[in-house]
Amino acid sequence: MRKEIRIAGFGGQGVILAGIILGKAASLFDHNDAVQTQSYGPEARGGASKCEVIISDEEIDYPKVKHPDILVAMSHESALKYMLDLKDNGIFIIDPGRVIESEIEDFVKEHNITLYRAPATETAENEIGLKIVANIVMIGAITKITGVISKEAAIKAIEDSVPHGTEKKNIEAFEAGYNLV
Amino acid sequence: MTEELFIQGNEACAEGALRAGCRFFGGYPITPSTEVAEYLARNLPKHGGSFVQMEDEIAAAGSIIGGSWGGSKSMTATSGPGFSLMQENIGYAFITETPIVIVDVQRGSPSTGQPTMAAQGDMMQARWGSHGDYEPIALSPSSVQEYFDFTIRAFNLSEKFRTPVFIMADEIIGHMREKIVIPDKIDITPRVMPDKENFLPFKNSDEVNPMPSFGQGYDIHVTGLTHDERGYPDANNPKTHDILVRRLTNKILDNKDEIISVEKSHCDDADIVLVTYGAPFRSAITAVKDAREEGLKVGYLKINTPWPFPEEEIKEIAKTAEDIIVVEMNLGQMYWEVERVACSQSNTHLIGKIGGELPHPNEILSKIEEIGGK
Amino acid sequence: MSDEKSPFLKYLREDRLPHIFCSGCGIGTIMNGFIQGMEDAEMDFDNIAMVSGIGCSSRIPGYMKCDSLHTTHGRAISFATGLKTSNSDLDVVVFTGDGDAAAIGGNHLIHAARRNINLTVICINNNIYGMTGGQISPTSPHKSYGSTAPYGVDEYPFKLAELVTAAGASYAARWTTLKVDDMVRSIRDALKNPGFSFVEIVSQCPTYYGRKNKLKTPVDMASYFKNNTIFTSELPSYTEKELEGKIVVGEFVNKQKGEFVDNIKNLSKSHYGKDPLIYSAYSEDFD
Repeated sequence: MRKEIRIAGFGGQGVILAGIILGKAASLFDHNDAVQTQSYGPEARGGASKCEVIISDEEIDYPKVKHPDILVAMSHESALKYMLDLKDNGIFIIDPGRVIESEIEDFVKEHNITLYRAPATETAENEIGLKIVANIVMIGAITKITGVISKEAAIKAIEDSVPHGTEKKNIEAFEAGYNLV
Repeated sequence: MTEELFIQGNEACAEGALRAGCRFFGGYPITPSTEVAEYLARNLPKHGGSFVQMEDEIAAAGSIIGGSWGGSKSMTATSGPGFSLMQENIGYAFITETPIVIVDVQRGSPSTGQPTMAAQGDMMQARWGSHGDYEPIALSPSSVQEYFDFTIRAFNLSEKFRTPVFIMADEIIGHMREKIVIPDKIDITPRVMPDKENFLPFKNSDEVNPMPSFGQGYDIHVTGLTHDERGYPDANNPKTHDILVRRLTNKILDNKDEIISVEKSHCDDADIVLVTYGAPFRSAITAVKDAREEGLKVGYLKINTPWPFPEEEIKEIAKTAEDIIVVEMNLGQMYWEVERVACSQSNTHLIGKIGGELPHPNEILSKIEEIGGK
Repeated sequence: MSDEKSPFLKYLREDRLPHIFCSGCGIGTIMNGFIQGMEDAEMDFDNIAMVSGIGCSSRIPGYMKCDSLHTTHGRAISFATGLKTSNSDLDVVVFTGDGDAAAIGGNHLIHAARRNINLTVICINNNIYGMTGGQISPTSPHKSYGSTAPYGVDEYPFKLAELVTAAGASYAARWTTLKVDDMVRSIRDALKNPGFSFVEIVSQCPTYYGRKNKLKTPVDMASYFKNNTIFTSELPSYTEKELEGKIVVGEFVNKQKGEFVDNIKNLSKSHYGKDPLIYSAYSEDFD
C-alpha cells in the first residue's frame, strides 16, 4: 500500500529532519520502501517549506507525491499553502498552537478529512523544555495516528539521526508526542 | 557485512566515489550538485584523501586531471553552467587519456536557468561538448542505489579505458533520499604501473595503455597537442593525428558491448516501447504498469549508459515495436539518437518535459493511450 | 666554437631537439638559469614535475627530461594544484608566460598565491603573445604596439610580481634576462621556499615585441632593459610619473607562512591518523 505523507512548516522547525526520520524508519527498520523529497531554493529559506515521504510495501516507482494521504502542518502559512491537494478522506494533523483552525474548517469538511490536533510546539516547550524538538514530538503523533511506521522503527531512526548525546531527550520528545493523541 | 543507509542521491554518489577509491576531489559549489562536494569535504580527510575547493569549474576540471596524473583517482561534481566551463579541459582529458569522473547533476537550462529544478538538457553536451572527435562514456542513474552503483562503475570504466566518464544525474535523483545497500565486497579497478622497459606511454595498440604516474621515474610528457607514441608533440603530421584520434575513439567503440548497459521489461509482445533514462524512468515504469492494467501492450527500455549510445539494443526493439516513445526532460536530445536508429522500422515519439518537474505518469499514459488508439 | 656539450644537456630530452624558440629569444637564458638555480638549490631533478599552459614559455617542460604536463591555455596552475595536492612528494614547477598567467589564467594565479600552495611559478614576461604572432598582453606597456594594438595600447599593464605579493604569495621576485645571477638566486630561493613562489623574468621577444616597438635586435632589447631597470631599493627616490615604463627588479616578498598542502596533511593526520595516501589509484584495498 503506497502512503504519501507531506510535512509542512516554516524554515527552522525541522520538517526536513522529521521526513528523513520517517523515511529511515520505514526503509531501514520496518523494511518497507521509502522515498523522501523536499523543497529547495528560495522556498526552503524561511516561509513555508515542505518535506514529502512516500512509504510502500512495494517498490516505489514514481518518487513524487501525487495527492498526499497524510498532511502534517506545523505552521499556518504552510497549512494553507500545502493542504489543497490533500486526498479526500485523508488525514490532516495540525499543531493547534500554530494553525488557525477556523481557516481550514471548510476545507476539512468539504473533503471529509479527519483532523487531528497534536500540540507539538507546546509539548516540546513545556514537557521537554526544548522548543527545538517539536518536530520529534510530531513524529510521535504521526506514528501513533497513522501507523505508517512502527514505534520501534521510529525510535531506532531517531537514535540514528539526531546529534550524538541528544538521543535521550529526543526519545522523550517522541514518547510525549506518541502519548498526545 | 552489507550496510544499509537511507541517504540523499548526491551523498550516495560521494560514498560510491570513496568506495571506488577516489582520493582527490576538486570542485566548485553549484546547485544542485553541492552535496557531493560537501560530503567529500567531510569524508575524504578521514580516508587519506584530499579535497580542494577550486576558484571556478575550469580550475576544478584542471585540478582533477592533475590529481589523476599524481596517482589518485579523481572526481569533480557540477551542474550545467559548470559543465559548460569544464568542456575545454574535458577534451584535454580525452586526448591525454586521463581517467577522471565528472558528475553533472542536471538542472533547468540554458544558462543559469532553474538551479533547483531538474532537467536532462546536457545530454548532447556530454556527447559533443568539447571540440573535436571523441567517444564519451556516460551513465544515468534512476535511483539513489544506482547513483551509488554507477559512480563505482564510472571509476572502474574510467580506469579500464583511461578516459573521462560522466555521470549524467539530475536534480531529482541528486536530491531525493532512498535506501542504498552497500555490498560487503566491491570490485574496483586499480591502475597498474607499466613496465619501464621499452615503455611507450601512448603506444598505438589495440590494448588500452597502462597509466604511469608522475614521480615514478617515467619522465613522461603529457600534452594536449597531437602527440606520437612517446607523447611528443607532432601536431603538423596528418598521419600521427589520424592514428591517435582513431585509437582513442576505437578503444571505446570496440568495447561497446562491455560498456553499454540497458534494462528491458515487457518488450517481447509490446506494440509500444518507452525509452527512458535517469529520473523519468521512474514515471515511465508507473505508466507501463498502468497501461498493462488497461490491457495495452507496452514495455520499456531503460538506458543506463546513454553514451556510447545503445544502437543495437534500440534496433532490436524497433524490429518488433510499432511505436517508440522517448521520455526525457528536454525538448528532444536522446530522442534524435533513437529516431536515427529506429526510424525505418518504428514510429518514434517524444515526451519532452521541461520546466523542472518529472513527467507525471498520467502524461505518459495519455500519450500511450493516444498512440494505442484508446 | 667549442665541440664540448653543455653540462646541462643531461636535463634535456635530446631526442626533442632542435627546439622551436626563435634566435635571440630569452627562453634559452632562462632555461639555463633555471637549471643552475635548481642545482644551487640541490634539488632532486627526478622528483621535479613541470606543468605549463600554452605559449612559447609553456613549451619549456616539453624539452626537459622529467615528468611534464603541457596543459590548456591559462590553466597550468590549476592542474599543478591538483598534482601537488594529490602527490605532495613532488616538487612542482610551473612555466608560464604573461598571457597564459595573467590574462586567461589570472584567476588561477591569484588564487594559488592566496592558498600559498607550494608551487614554483616561473613566469616569462615578454609583454606580448609570441606563439600567436605578436598580439598585446596584459603586461604590454602603455602605448606599446602589437598586431592587435596597431595604434598603441591604451590600457595599463599588470605588475605581476606585485600582484601575486598582494594576493598572498610567500615569495615573489622580478628580474630581467640581463640579471642572470639574480635570476638564478631567486629561482634557487623560490624552489626552496615551502609555499607559493613566483619568479617573473622580463624577457625579450625580438621577433614580435621588438619588431613592433623599434627594438628590432636582441641587442636593442637588452639595451632597453639595461637603461630602464631600477631596483626595489631605489623606489623611494622615484615619483610615480618617473616609474612609468620602468622595470622594477628585486624581491617583493620572502616570508614564511602556512602552506596549503601542509594544512591538508594536518587534516589527514587528525582524521585519518597519517599523511594522505599517494599513488592510491594503484591500490585495490582502501580503508
